[in-house]
Amino acid sequence: MRLVTAIIKPFKLDEVKQALEAYGITGMTVSEASGYGRQRGHSEVYRGAEYKVDFVPKVRVEVVVDDVDASDVMMVILKAAQTGRIGDGKIWTVPVEDVARVRTGERGLDAL
Amino acid sequence: MTIDSGDTAWVLASAALVLLMTPGLALFYGGMVRAKSVLNMMMMSFGAMATIGVTWCLWGYSEAFGNSWHGLIGNPFQHFGLSNLLSGDAAIFGYKAAAAGVPAHGGIPALAFVAFQAVFAIITVALISGAIADRAKYSTWLIFTVVWATIVYFPVANWVFAFDGYAAEKGGWIANSLKTIDFAGGTAVHINAGAAGLVLALVLGKRIGFAKDPMRPHNMTMVMLGAALLWFGWFGFNAGSALGANNTAAVAWVNTFAATAAACIGWLATERIRNGHGTSLGAASGIVAGLVAITPACSSVTPLGAVAIGILAGVLCALAVGLKFRFGFDDSLDVVGVHLVGGIIGTLAIGFFASASAPAAVDGVFYGGGFDQLWRQAVGAGAVLVYSFVCTGLIGLALHKTLGFRVDRDAEVSGIDLQEHAETSYDLGSLGGGGGGLVHAGPAMFGSHTTEAHTTEAGTMSSTTTSSPTNHQGASS
Repeated sequence: MRLVTAIIKPFKLDEVKQALEAYGITGMTVSEASGYGRQRGHSEVYRGAEYKVDFVPKVRVEVVVDDVDASDVMMVILKAAQTGRIGDGKIWTVPVEDVARVRTGERGLDAL
Repeated sequence: MTIDSGDTAWVLASAALVLLMTPGLALFYGGMVRAKSVLNMMMMSFGAMATIGVTWCLWGYSEAFGNSWHGLIGNPFQHFGLSNLLSGDAAIFGYKAAAAGVPAHGGIPALAFVAFQAVFAIITVALISGAIADRAKYSTWLIFTVVWATIVYFPVANWVFAFDGYAAEKGGWIANSLKTIDFAGGTAVHINAGAAGLVLALVLGKRIGFAKDPMRPHNMTMVMLGAALLWFGWFGFNAGSALGANNTAAVAWVNTFAATAAACIGWLATERIRNGHGTSLGAASGIVAGLVAITPACSSVTPLGAVAIGILAGVLCALAVGLKFRFGFDDSLDVVGVHLVGGIIGTLAIGFFASASAPAAVDGVFYGGGFDQLWRQAVGAGAVLVYSFVCTGLIGLALHKTLGFRVDRDAEVSGIDLQEHAETSYDLGSLGGGGGGLVHAGPAMFGSHTTEAHTTEAGTMSSTTTSSPTNHQGASS
């Protein structure tokens, strides 16, 4: 199993969710995040004083999937989240050793 | 002397309007600081309502409006505890209406005047707090409010607001000898608070990270709401200063409205040209700058004059708020840039824009009146500025050297709300403050617990109480 983590633009969340559902993914975890990549942040001006805001609001989407699906899921998210402009985000995967479903105690792939 | 019910109703309603300005100021200032110090910022205003409210009843009113000693200070014992003022015989005429050539047709009870002037004292003290945001020790601030009002505000109110034969036989020197026009407090309130804010910011020093770290406002909607409440309450401040329900009040109302709208435009236009965007903070700040500038002038100019003063104030104050970065003083929320500069603009503008067609019946430079009124305005403004600057400096230094006027570095970095009030302002996440539980709930015996420290899983956060029987609602919420 692999954990797919995607950092995306907040307003792209609905499209990513729909794309994942269409692919057959049945669950995900979403959290608010902030950060910056090559685009850096933006500036804000208060009473003439300009502040550089580096940490831009983002959404983090996390999905645990079977090994064979990992690459496809990445591409599904990528297509749904892409605008082609800077700040679109990042997606990565890491291996997951074990998973348990809390309600039933099922383990491994059965728990997904 | 008969009491006029209409005048009395208006003055009492105005007093309540002006009291609302102080919570409005708390919101205005509170939204501008960071989330970790919003409660302390608001409590500085609320604390002033408490301390000055009591001080006013004890000796404040008497010191400001008792019989004046050489036009410098009222007799603090004459009406100590508001004595000798409760009977209807103590009614007083609306002098400003009389001075404007409008026949005074009735009086207001002395206590209506007491109420109206009380809330002026409160807001003036509260204004200063914006200059020392995020870093002032709260106990010292409360002591400062009483000392400052006693040494600076009450005497200056006597100078500016106490007319001969009104509340007492002898009034203050600026109002009666110099004859500076300051209808509602450009000098006594705004220049006074602005100068005090400047010197206190110097005494306390810069916040850690000033002009380096981001210190942007944490809640602009609060700032906008605060500006709206200030504008609303300011109609009591300015139109109420007519001390009657009359033409002077109506002129003051419209001028207050016109100048404020113009100043909002002036500030936004300045930002649009300089930074590329008109901001919501700019609109809120422009509103306050316009209100400040028209305060002394609202009885002496035409609505067109008010628009001109408003635009001047909006543009110049928008430029003036940048001075603190150039000169390196941390007037955190721009008490100097808005109140000192706005107060000076408004007070001096009377010398130029005053029109004899307005209730104050004086012509300024632009209306063929020559420079007579202008120098009176300049001397009045300068006198209050210098007196406030020097006295506040001495008071501030004395308190700083003895009690300490500044919280320690750790408290400032982690947030003054937690250190000074054992509270945090926002609980937005579902985890709340996190961990812990209800430790103790009142009512409690005094001294039933002494010191406690709680640790949350997110890190350490210790709240220490010495011997108070307070409610400790959980570890951190």
